[in-house]
Amino acid sequence: MYAQMIKSEETYEDPKKLMAFQARIDDGDRIEPKDWMPKGYRKTLIRQIGQHAHSEIVGQLPEGNWITRAPSLERKAILLAKVQDEAGHGLYLYCAAETLGVSRDELTEMLLNGQMKYSSIFSYPALTWADMGVIGWLIDGAAILNQVPLQRTSYGPYARAMVRICKEESFHQRQGFDIMIKMVNGTAEQKHMAQDALNRLWYPSLMMFGPPDAESVHSEQSMRWKIKINSNDELRQKFVNQTVPQAEYLGLSIPDINLNWNERKQSYDFSQPDWSEFFDVLEGNGPASVDRIEARQAAWEDGAWVREARIAHAEKKNMAILAAE
Amino acid sequence: MNNEWPLYEVFIRGKHGLSHRHVGSVHATDSQHAIQNARDVYTRRNEGVSIWVIPSMQIVASCPSDKDALFEPSEDKIYRHPSFFQIPDDVEAM
Repeated sequence: MYAQMIKSEETYEDPKKLMAFQARIDDGDRIEPKDWMPKGYRKTLIRQIGQHAHSEIVGQLPEGNWITRAPSLERKAILLAKVQDEAGHGLYLYCAAETLGVSRDELTEMLLNGQMKYSSIFSYPALTWADMGVIGWLIDGAAILNQVPLQRTSYGPYARAMVRICKEESFHQRQGFDIMIKMVNGTAEQKHMAQDALNRLWYPSLMMFGPPDAESVHSEQSMRWKIKINSNDELRQKFVNQTVPQAEYLGLSIPDINLNWNERKQSYDFSQPDWSEFFDVLEGNGPASVDRIEARQAAWEDGAWVREARIAHAEKKNMAILAAE
Repeated sequence: MNNEWPLYEVFIRGKHGLSHRHVGSVHATDSQHAIQNARDVYTRRNEGVSIWVIPSMQIVASCPSDKDALFEPSEDKIYRHPSFFQIPDDVEAM
């Protein structure tokens, strides 16, 4: 998902405190910033919320690339609003992470030096306008499946950020599907573009949910702490079940010869993505990984004078106020 | 990387005449800047008619460990709730 392969930290603390903490979580209590929490809970959450925030920010890049090339003024305005929402989502999440005692700059630094990751999906390039459709339809669709349950996560500020995000996410998915409808009803070439985008992004979309449960080593502790609510395979299955009929509606075919309705389990059978590719992408070897971090690095450096100038201006104003008093 | 803009807490009054409600925080260099950022981050869908911002440093909060001392005394004053009193059926709406 937006947060993949989050390593759960073990925690060695007063067993009594740990038990009381777990009991609060089991009761459905929300943990708030000033409450006592195990060190492992705090560290795992910083990593998870941070990765989620970075994904929102880096996720602006493939779409941002298309703003100037949108096919109409309306599409351009919509895409601009969508990308602005992603920035907002990143900011809600950075704020939630900051309540755990990490600073915004530290988080940025860890993204830029590779200590923290962002979702594997954004290491793939957006090659045509149809990719804007598939990103909204599949990637935001997958994000919704992950984020809706996270509204009930145990950490208060994270849960509240998720509530805000979920309210806005449905616009993102619908605008993507709307682009797809337009494309598949267009010229043969446009329909071909739509199918091509689906072919390229289908397996990367399945990877968003993280590795199969059997290999998902960090899930158990995170699920006990309710910072992960559903298993990777469970969400992936749900995603396939909901997406296949939508693809059929569009008249597009899912690039998987093993895709079949399984009457017994009332679900689709489908092929797993190439997991070695996933691990490789997460290590920073995706087709667009270098570009993404370079773009973030440039944004950080190019914005430095703005950050400094605003501070200088505020200081000057404060001096003037003090002088007047 | 250590000259960070200070943090402000953001409160927004929705359209329905309710009080301002905490929605999150933003980084900004001064209060005017905080209002502008809060507008961009928290009201993209017409969520409010008024914004308050306050430097996070200025918020004084009660401590979770003081919870009992602060709130327990009100628990045994159940007569503060109207359901404590039995009103005879003969007496109509009260």
